[in-house]
Amino acid sequence: MPRPAHRNSSLYFNYPHYDFVAPPELAGTGLTHHVAIVGGGPVGLTAALELARHGVSCVLLEEKDTVNEGSRAICIARHSLEIMQQLGISDRFVRKGLGWTHGTSYYGTRPVYRLEMPHSEQERFFPMYNLQQQYVEQFLVDAAAANSRIDLRWQSRLAGIEIANAGASLTVETPQGSYCLRARHVIAADGARSAVRAQLGLRLKGDAYEGCYVIADVRMRSDYPTERRAFFDSPGNPGSTVLIHRQPDDIWRIDYQLAAGESEAEALSEANVTRRVRAILAMIGEQAPWELEWWSLYKAYTLALDDYRHGPVLFVGDAAHLVPIFGVRGLNSGLADAMNAAWKLAYVIRGWAPAKLLASYSSERRGATMEVFELAAKSTQFMTPPTRGFTLMRDAALALAVHDDATRPLINPRQSQPYTYAASPLTGFPARDREFSAGPCAGAAIVNRQLGAGRFLLDALGRGFSGMYFSRNGDVPAQVRALCDDLGVGDEPFALIVIVDMATFTAYGADDGTFYLVRPDRHIVARWRQIETDEVRRALQQSLGGTER
Amino acid sequence: MKRQLPESDLERAFELIATAIDRVGRDHESMFLAKLALALATQLRSVDAISAAISSAERDVQR
Repeated sequence: MPRPAHRNSSLYFNYPHYDFVAPPELAGTGLTHHVAIVGGGPVGLTAALELARHGVSCVLLEEKDTVNEGSRAICIARHSLEIMQQLGISDRFVRKGLGWTHGTSYYGTRPVYRLEMPHSEQERFFPMYNLQQQYVEQFLVDAAAANSRIDLRWQSRLAGIEIANAGASLTVETPQGSYCLRARHVIAADGARSAVRAQLGLRLKGDAYEGCYVIADVRMRSDYPTERRAFFDSPGNPGSTVLIHRQPDDIWRIDYQLAAGESEAEALSEANVTRRVRAILAMIGEQAPWELEWWSLYKAYTLALDDYRHGPVLFVGDAAHLVPIFGVRGLNSGLADAMNAAWKLAYVIRGWAPAKLLASYSSERRGATMEVFELAAKSTQFMTPPTRGFTLMRDAALALAVHDDATRPLINPRQSQPYTYAASPLTGFPARDREFSAGPCAGAAIVNRQLGAGRFLLDALGRGFSGMYFSRNGDVPAQVRALCDDLGVGDEPFALIVIVDMATFTAYGADDGTFYLVRPDRHIVARWRQIETDEVRRALQQSLGGTER
Repeated sequence: MKRQLPESDLERAFELIATAIDRVGRDHESMFLAKLALALATQLRSVDAISAAISSAERDVQR
């Protein structure tokens, strides 16, 4: 059995204990909450913090009394760090996480591909950070616990859910008995084995892939730098694949693929994990003593719900979709789901947008999942070839790449990138977008730029909508200022960011008078080479779901 | 070797050949791959390109 990195047995992490606190419902007080979030993992917690940032309270139910066990999702992409910056907690991630930019793929022990992720001094964050999921959850829990708008209920298990006209009734089991929780909206963030999904009789659809990995953490001192290492058919795991990542606290993640036909139960015995890890560490020349911390089994799936919205329930993260780990899109896409769902829900609850804004959640995030599936299918086909034909071709591509760079692009692991909502009903004025020859397009997330020493573009974003106005001399016409004063939504003022930096002009394909309109989740609603104030107003209405406020 | 094929087509080629290998089955794999190599050779302008490709493919092949 996998060794649970339990609070009493982890070599480096002190698992916190969270007490059960009796909620008013147990005393018979009937309340109807705006939002109930089921699942206190990283995705549910992010949704709670984003709701709170827009002034909406929620109840968050988590069945455990601590954070998830084991390091799990360890690669946090830049766009997720940018989410954490919006939530005001990126500093802790940067201090604890290990940033990285490079990777190397080996065929046997010979390098065949160098992964170089886009990075420059224009970015505040590295393209990727390695950080154990317990820390991610701990940082999010600490922020949620300090937020008066978040009612964090530990040791509270969802036992049933019924959809009613004006919301949902949830049956919650606790150490002091069960109670009924009523909420107008529900965010299902309860993971791969979602109880909400099961209770509502919904099923994930898609494919399961061949190939099975053991993921193991060891504690070991090593000076090897933080980068992604992938080994194909190496002496450490002949015929199969190995992935190695460094984590904080001298913890190393070793993922190794099991051979076809290997027994999963036997592979998970401590003796077998030890033997396999020892062979891999010998191959990479590590000689320091090491100890096993945690291990688990992993299989690749591309599975999703047909619709991420079911009545008052929005499904986010693994509750909505399961994606292969290659490309690190599981947690990262879940965090993007949480932000997308939460700002929209907040705007609807606060009466700033019509309810139909919520329909765009499923279309935007399901589109993102479908793109992830396409990329992940390719990565997975390469990492764990499904047939004789793919195995032969994969090995041929790797063998050629030892001496020849012509086939090397086939080895690219295609790491996580933010999705572009180009076809979203919230994204406007495509003809204006086509007038640009550079810069992030309408629907894409805005790209960071260093605007001064330690001062970055994303630091200037507002809580709600923002706009970037390009002006070489810094002057902003009175008409544009008046427009921006008028574009605030509810109690969220519109953040006008005036860009004077010429390099940023170039990066955004801008001229004097260019304007980018940006949503609360950093995605571009529309852009104009020359600002058209009437169109900006219409674009903002469109991105709120299409009707007048 | 300098790659003539664009990167996106390279991926597509990889998949087309892999699925064709699966289609013909293991017994006919070698014959299929030899025919494929010859058919591709007829699409090249000179024997030099074929020689270069053979040299590249022959390296490290175990006997």
